[in-house]
Formats: sequence, structure tokens, C-alpha cells
Amino acid sequence: MNTAEPRVHPDASQTRTFQRPADPLLQVRGLRVEYRHHGSTTTAVDGIDLAVGRGEIVALVGESGSGKSTLAKSIIGLLPRAAERTAGSITLGDTDLTSAREKDLEGIRGRRIGLVPQDPGASLDPVRTIGSQLAEVFRLHPDGARRSRKAVRDDVLRLLELVGIDRPEERLRQYPHELSGGLKQRVLIAIAFSLQPDLLIADEPTSALDVTVQAKILEVFERLAGEFGTAVLFVTHDLAVATDHAARIVVMQRGRIVEDRPVADILAAPDDEYTARLLEEASPHRRPAEARTASTAEPVTVPAIEVRGLTKDFRGKGEHHRAVDDVSFGVAQGTTFSLVGESGSGKSTTARMILRLLDPTAGQILLHGEDVTTASRSRKRELWRSLQLVYQNPDSALDPRLAVSDIIGEPLLNYRVGTGAERSARVAELLEQVDLPVALAGKRPLELSGGQRQRVAIARALALGARTLVLDEALSALDVLTQAQVLALLADLQQDLGLTYLFISHDLHVVEQISTTVGVMRQGHLVETGPTAQIFGNPSSDYTRVLLASNPGHRLRARSGSRTAAAHAHTARPGLSALSAP
Amino acid sequence: MARYLVQRIGQALLVVWLAYTLVFLAVQLLPSDPVTIFLTVDSAVDQAAIDTMKSQYGYDQPLVVQYLHQLAGLFSGDFGYSLASGQSVRDRISGVAGSTVALAGSAFVTAVVIAVLLVAAATLTRSGVVRRVLVNLPPLFSAIPVFWLGLVLLELLSIRWGVMSLFPDGSFLSLAVPVLVLAIIVSAPLAQVLLKSVSHVYDQPFIDVLRAKGASRSWIFFRHALKNAAGPALTITGITVGTLFAGSVITETVFARSGLGSVVLQAVTTQDVPLVQGLVLLTATVFVVVNLVVDLLYPLLDPRILKSNGQGAPRALTA
Repeated sequence: MNTAEPRVHPDASQTRTFQRPADPLLQVRGLRVEYRHHGSTTTAVDGIDLAVGRGEIVALVGESGSGKSTLAKSIIGLLPRAAERTAGSITLGDTDLTSAREKDLEGIRGRRIGLVPQDPGASLDPVRTIGSQLAEVFRLHPDGARRSRKAVRDDVLRLLELVGIDRPEERLRQYPHELSGGLKQRVLIAIAFSLQPDLLIADEPTSALDVTVQAKILEVFERLAGEFGTAVLFVTHDLAVATDHAARIVVMQRGRIVEDRPVADILAAPDDEYTARLLEEASPHRRPAEARTASTAEPVTVPAIEVRGLTKDFRGKGEHHRAVDDVSFGVAQGTTFSLVGESGSGKSTTARMILRLLDPTAGQILLHGEDVTTASRSRKRELWRSLQLVYQNPDSALDPRLAVSDIIGEPLLNYRVGTGAERSARVAELLEQVDLPVALAGKRPLELSGGQRQRVAIARALALGARTLVLDEALSALDVLTQAQVLALLADLQQDLGLTYLFISHDLHVVEQISTTVGVMRQGHLVETGPTAQIFGNPSSDYTRVLLASNPGHRLRARSGSRTAAAHAHTARPGLSALSAP
Repeated sequence: MARYLVQRIGQALLVVWLAYTLVFLAVQLLPSDPVTIFLTVDSAVDQAAIDTMKSQYGYDQPLVVQYLHQLAGLFSGDFGYSLASGQSVRDRISGVAGSTVALAGSAFVTAVVIAVLLVAAATLTRSGVVRRVLVNLPPLFSAIPVFWLGLVLLELLSIRWGVMSLFPDGSFLSLAVPVLVLAIIVSAPLAQVLLKSVSHVYDQPFIDVLRAKGASRSWIFFRHALKNAAGPALTITGITVGTLFAGSVITETVFARSGLGSVVLQAVTTQDVPLVQGLVLLTATVFVVVNLVVDLLYPLLDPRILKSNGQGAPRALTA
């Protein structure tokens, strides 16, 4: 990674310790950014001091709303109109960015500061070719003599090879939609590195990618940063990724920096309590081998969900695409089965077939022993009383114009259950079940936090007395601490109501915590199934091993000791440590 | 691409055929045949004259024969004969169509220029006040009646200030003023849709990436945002053909220009059914052709259109 990691020892008398590189490239002093919204102002960044040395890789970690993105955007000058810097300064080398004119900033962006954005899918102009978007940087910053098309083209090809893109000549003529997410992110990295900037802002560069792709992208990224001596400010919510790739970690909470130290020091002993909690949640858990098992312990012979030889073909124009290929598994009542795999592996298609939202091409689906493969429309409607979906993104899965109580009560209304009074009583009961204060009943989704919204979605799924929930990436949009809380809620509900969960996720860390059994999918095939401890501790397929190796958090795992030993010590039960974990 | 082309052209032909059939059926719903209606507008005429004229124009044939005969005529460019002048409908229309095409064409180009300039100014200005004023112009434009604006301009330019002749005399102003009047009403929906889709484009992350590359605001607008936002505006363009045609009729009447407007007026007032029929078909055909061109232009603007052909909607065009 970077060679010269500055090690200035922190002043022992300070609780919050700041790193001061000897020759800082970037210096942020007393930065304060406020958002104006309908006359009121909120402070997103509140008196930040930060220095980044040349060639240094610094991770900026925090939950959403901690101000990390606002800080990153201030540095590269991409704050939205509603945001305003009210105090402090930012300097890059000798240039004061806060007093520079727009014209000068345009010369600095792209040349001295680069950006690798969060969402590769939407970060390239969809109607321009890859080639023109790569060449654009050179055209924007001509630097002296006008260069020929040929010279620019050679540079662009060299860049594509640098980030490991195959068939570069052909890629130049392609449009973004013809490239996969990983390739798009490589193109964006190539764009960011094209003029070899001094500083790169990487804003959650891999959070939209699969773990295996993420690992490869981060490797390219690190290699180039080392090669060009580029300093990187790596913004992420994922402490596991941060500890694996950065030399130094800066933790932000509510607009302030609460910790700023080399990774090794933080891992050894976090100073700040908040950092400690983040670390705890991001680390692999020693499963408490308590008696959660007992709740539904009577021997249940009929599985809640069983699929046999499930297959789904999609027909494009002329071409067949087998999304799910001969998948068979069973999920015992009251347990959690997780399907993991990269995007496109067929896990969501499988879930949608089980939900009977999609008809299988072949195979059988049995719910509590009953064959529902060819269920009629009215039968399906009955089915959905006991089988419900909690969708990935609570923001778009809740009608923004309805109040929380109406959202939760809607299924009752759809199925004409009870009188008005009975329905409101049921809504109140559901709110309590998902630990939402009754005061929220009249609020609209936008007024809630992400975690609260997901609780509303869970309550709605339970409204008709569902016994089986399909959770499709239900925690992916949440911060790690919120995730932990929702996981704890899911575990409690499972215990109290004897729920069965089919959990779809690409996040192996969460899967390991919640699952009884795990199935690994790849290109439509179920490559491996087994108890969680076995899959994570002793996988039988090569693909599972690759997947596990790509899972970020190597240093965290090393910190919390031998994971496999711990996993083997406790037989498969979903153990969840709540926030109160030591 | 070839398949897409054939598909779209086939659809276009189908629409023209349906339009013809609908017009034919509508004529049959009239209380009596076109000749009788035409001849009895002002006074009673003797039955013999009506019958002679009916057989001349073929209205004594069975309906199926009339339908097929007229349909066959369409393909050879024969739209029948005007009852009022005895001229062929084709000659009657083509004689004046040039003037209307010149007016409508110039007005359309002007409208596009007005819309793009307005949206560019509204997007690129740093002043909130200027932006708010510009954003509110299109609704104002569409609220101004064409004939009112035309009359006001005539009153000011010709009668008060005397800089423009009341009748078309070939001078620059006598073409420019009607063009502007028509362009203003046509530019309103274009600008509104373009504004909306441009602001949608600006919400997308790739704009941030462009800024991070060091692109200036006008670079981003003209080289990226405009092309991304053009889709929905192009769709509206196809639909404005109707406004354009209706507007031309009014504008021509106000400014006493010869053109399709006067022909439409005459055809309707004299109840010259074959001529009306021809005009309706012409309008339908123009409408279909323009929309066909719009559809064929789409893939040039957005490469995702052809890819997703037949497999659900393309990933949001921006709408």
C-alpha cells in the first residue's frame, strides 16, 4: 500500500487524538457546513480538523448522517446548493480551495483531485460512449499543446489496460449499459486516475458491488494509488473494508471526528466508545449458545418451505437465459435459511417464485407440505396471508403519502379483516411488536429513519399473521448499528411467533449472524447448502471459498481470534448480539 | 435495427389506414350524402342535378365500392375532387401547402431554438430570481391565445407604428411576425418538458462525476445534460404537430396569408366533404410521419432503446 505512513504519536492528554502528517497534502481546518432547509439550518459538519499526507490512504468511517459525505464533497467542491460552508478552510498543497474562484476549481478538479463515485451504475453518462467519457478528461485539461486524437486514444487505451479491462479497443465504442457494474467502476477509476491526481476522494466506491467484485476493484484501486503516490480519502460505512484497506481510520459521528488513528492502534484499543461499538458490530460474533432453540423445539417434520428442482427460464429475443437451474432445498419451521450469491445468481428469482409472484418453468414449491406450484389466483391470495415479503429498500417500498398506521393497516383493509376499531387495535399491537412508539403512527415514511421504515415494512408483512417472511436484502440499506437492532428484532419475532425466514443477502457478515442454514447460489445453481457453521467454517465448494475470501474484514477477524474455532464451538443457531453486547 | 425500422413503418401505415377508414365512416354518418349536403347549403336544388353530380363523383356506388375505390385512389395520390371548385383535392391542397409548410417549418425551428435557449438560461443562471422568471415563461406562453397575440402585434406594428403591412407583401416582418406568434405557442410545451427532464438529469450521480472531472457548467449542459434530456422533449415534438397545424390555420387567417388555413376555412364553410376528407387525411399522415421520424431518431439519442426492444421498458429515459 503506501510506504511512508506518518506516525506522529498522539498527545496522550487528549481524548480525541488527531494525526498530523509531517507534510500534509490536504489540510482541513475548523470546517463547518450547514444545510438550509425551509428556513431552518442543520449542521452537517461541525468544526472538522483533518490532515492527509501525500500518498496516504485514509478511511473516513461513519453512519449515514455522520457528515462524512458532506466533508468529502466539501473537499472536492461538490456540495449541493442547499449546503453552505460557514467556517473553516480547506487547503490542497499551497492552494486554498475555499477562496478559489470557480474557474480555478474547475482546473483543480480532475487534475489534482479525482473522484470515484458511489454508484457505478448511474455515474457514467448513459448516452455517451466509454471512449468519449475517458477522453473527456484530457480534453477538459489540455495542458499545453493540443494533442492529436491518436495520442489521446493511446492514453485512454493505456488507462483501460491499467485498470484491467479486457478488450479495451472494443470497450471504447461501447455504452455504459453494455458493461457490468464492476467494469463500470473500473472505467470510473480509470477516469479518476487519468491525470494522476494528488488526492482521490473515493465515496463508498464499492458499496453497490458484489463482494467478489469489490475485492478485485479495491485491489486495482490500491495498486494504482501506490503506483502514482496518490493520497486517498476513502469514505465508507463499512468498517470491515476500511480496516482492510486503509492505513489510518477517521471515525465521524454527528458531524465531528471522534477518532483519528492508525488502523492497528484502533484495532488494538479504540479510544472512543462509539468506535468501539462500531468495531464490535462489524466484527464476527462469537455466538452466544443460549437457548433460543427451545422455542419451537417440538420436532417439526413438515418443512415450512420446500422446493424441488426449481427452474426458471427467461426468454429474450431468440436467446434463452436460465436464471434458476434445478434448485432444491427445504427450510424447517422457525428457522432461518439464507440464500447468498452475487447479483445475477438467481437468488431473488428463486424468492419470487416461492412467493408465487413468478411462475417457475419447472419444479415444485411446497409450503407447509402443500403443493402451491400451480396455485390459482384466489389460492395465491390466501397464501399471501401467511407468506409475506420484506423488500430491500424501505424507502421505495412504502407509499410516501400514507401515514404509518395506514401502511401497516392496508393489508387488513385489502383482505377486509375486522371492523375499523379492530383494525386500529391490530395496528397498535403490531407497532408494539416491532418496537415502534405509538406516536409514530401518524407520521409519513419520509419523517422516519431508515431503521424505523424497515420496522414499518416488517409490521406490515406481519399484519395478516404471516408465519413465513421472505427478507430480500432487507438490511442492506441500513447502517451497521441499525442493522444490529433490526437483526435483534427479527430474532425476537422469530422466537415469539415461531416465524420462518428466507433471507436473501449478499452480505456474508449478516448472513453468518442470522442464519440457521445457508445456501450458496451461483449462476442459477445452488452450489452448496448446509448449516451456517459448516458453510462458513468448512465450505465444500471452491466458489464458497472464493466468496468467503472476498468477504472484507480480514483484519477484524484476525482481531477477534479464530473465527472457525468459535463457529464450530456453537452449533447452528441464529445468535444475535444486541447493542448491549460487551 | 432493420427489424425496428420495419416494425415502426408498418405501424405507421396501419395508423394512416385506420385514420382513412374512420374518416370514411364518419362521412357515412352524415344525415345525407356529400353532394346533397353541398348543393342544399343555400337553396333547394332539383333532384336531377343532385343525381347527375352524385354519379359524377361516384357517390351512387355501393359503399364497399366507394371505400375500396377511394382507398386505391390514396395509393396513387388521388384524393378525389373538390365539390366547390371541381379541381382535384390534390391540386387544391398542393397549390397552397408550400406557404403553410414554410410558416409551420420556420415556426417549429424557432420554437425549438426558443425552448433550448430558455432552458439553457434557466439552468445556467446563478441568479435565483432570473431562474424563477424563466421557469414561469412557458406556462405564460401556452396561456396566450394565438389569435390574440396575432391581433395585438398587427394592431401595434401595422396600425399604430406602421412598420409592417397589414397583408403579406413578402417583406421580412410579414413572415417573421406570424412565425414568432406561432413559435411562441409551440415552444411552451417543449420548454416545459425540457426543463423538467433537464432538472431530472441534474439529479443523477453522473453529473457529479462530470463536475469532478473539472467540466464547467455550460460544458455539462450542452455536451451531456441536453442529449440526456432530449428524449421526452422529442416525444412532445411529435405531439406539437397538431398544435402547429391548428396554430397555422389561425395565424394564416389573422395575417391574411394564403395557405391551408384558408382552404380549411372554405372547405368547412361550403361543406365540401371530399376536400375536408383530404385535409383530415393529410393532417393524419403528417402526424404519423413526424412521429415515425421521432421514433427513428430515438435510438440515435439513447443507445439503450434498441437493446431493450421487447424486453420491458428501457432503464428510465429520464421521464
